[in-house]
Amino acid sequence: MADQQRHKSEDTLLEARGVEVRFKGHAVLSGANVVVRAGEIVTLIGPNGAGKTTLVRAMLGLVKPDSGTVTRRSGLSIGYMPQRVVINPALPLTVKRFLQLGVPGKMFGFSKKVVDVAAILDEVGAAHVATSPMQSISGGEMQRVMLARALLREPDVLVLDEPVQGVDITGQAELYRLIHGIRKRRGVGVLMVSHDLHVVMAQTDHVVCLNRHVCCAGHPEAVSRHPEFVALFGDEVASALAVYAHHHDHHHDLEGHVVENEHQHGEGCDHDHG
Amino acid sequence: MIMDDFMTRAALAGIAVALVAGPLGAFVVWRRMAYFGGALSHTALLGVALGFLTGVQPELGVAFVVIAAAMMLSGLHGVRGLSLDTLLGIVAHAALALGLIVTAMLEGVRIDLMGYLFGDILAVGWEDVALIWAGTVLILLLLRHVWHSLLSATVHADLARVEGVNVGRTEFMYTMLLAVVVALAMKVVGILLVTSLLVIPAAAARSSARTPEAMAFAAAVLGAVSVGAGLWASYTYDAPAGPAIVVAASLLFVVSLIKR
Repeated sequence: MADQQRHKSEDTLLEARGVEVRFKGHAVLSGANVVVRAGEIVTLIGPNGAGKTTLVRAMLGLVKPDSGTVTRRSGLSIGYMPQRVVINPALPLTVKRFLQLGVPGKMFGFSKKVVDVAAILDEVGAAHVATSPMQSISGGEMQRVMLARALLREPDVLVLDEPVQGVDITGQAELYRLIHGIRKRRGVGVLMVSHDLHVVMAQTDHVVCLNRHVCCAGHPEAVSRHPEFVALFGDEVASALAVYAHHHDHHHDLEGHVVENEHQHGEGCDHDHG
Repeated sequence: MIMDDFMTRAALAGIAVALVAGPLGAFVVWRRMAYFGGALSHTALLGVALGFLTGVQPELGVAFVVIAAAMMLSGLHGVRGLSLDTLLGIVAHAALALGLIVTAMLEGVRIDLMGYLFGDILAVGWEDVALIWAGTVLILLLLRHVWHSLLSATVHADLARVEGVNVGRTEFMYTMLLAVVVALAMKVVGILLVTSLLVIPAAAARSSARTPEAMAFAAAVLGAVSVGAGLWASYTYDAPAGPAIVVAASLLFVVSLIKR
């Protein structure tokens, strides 16, 4: 497939090979191969129950694969953004304190390595909520704060499970732009689960289409024409996406507006609609 | 008011338990484990019976049974479409009923059932006071040791795991600490009211707290105040001490709601 642009194997940060996970005897995922390399965005797509989150959890070491292997480059630091975090209202926790929980070093709350939490909040455009309780911030702010927590450990790879869930459409576009900006600035690898096929096709280097196994994988353009992809998402979606992928100067967001494409995104992430 | 000796002992014991029940109770509230704590405490009567049966101290029997129950219950999830709170409700009352039957059938022993069920704080001796304080200090030190990991695991277990926290070990440690506190608190308010000493001061501390540490500290203080107020009411109006402490804590909770 259109894999020629992919980097060499020494850039490999995180790799799943032939991963199979069973729940109560049923394989919910089998034969899954995914490689995440430095500076590259890999997106997992697929219908609900396709095993996307399971694969992510296996690659994070949260689930032990029943067969197959997950390898990490030695000393790999992972920034993880889980799906839909809800904090118990009974727990008084400001955004800043929440972030400090993720700071490496394990002693009692106070005597810790100094990490510039404020600067990282600024980087994700959430500086204004630093002293707010976690339960009072909006969905978009929550996702930014989670992203900040993932960045705290200076990760080599970001693992983002549906990073725009619970965020309105304009907020979604901003979040994706933010993620692209981070990839560019920090040169991290990104493994992302997403439902937003338009964004995936326009802004991803490598797509893995899952439906309990890997249906197809490769460059977005190639994947969108793959018969298994077409069977999974339907003719119309597939052909629409193929058209988007061909127009490299722009693509459309969910409201149909023209959005400038990848090479301009780096500059676009400064404005903040918090 | 002139404090009689037994009142001094009761206050010292009660305050020690409150100081440790506050912070651990805050975690009970944050982790939504009120039913878990209730189920644990209800198994305690079986421990009393076991203590008498085997001839060891009832307190040891209680500690043993409650810790064993904690280990079994912490692995429990919903089964066959029934949620965990339902299962815990079943375990709690089955264990209590069993405990009542076994204690009733013990031959040649007269057990002060009311004392175990509703607390017997006015009867604690200096040895008990020393034991309770030693337990309190030990538990607080251990809690301090796991505080950061436990808080992180409470906020989001998977995130904590990815960040390198040994969540399983941390939660096991917390469960053990909780079991020991349940055994200690039983002395003060009794089997049926143990959960209240964990949950009510922590809940009352919520509205004024801005950080987890502040809430844990406030819960300890409010618990200690409840013990003082309850004992005073008990001394002055001859009310039963354990229930008086729980009522005092509940009043503080109501006040905290109004102040909000």
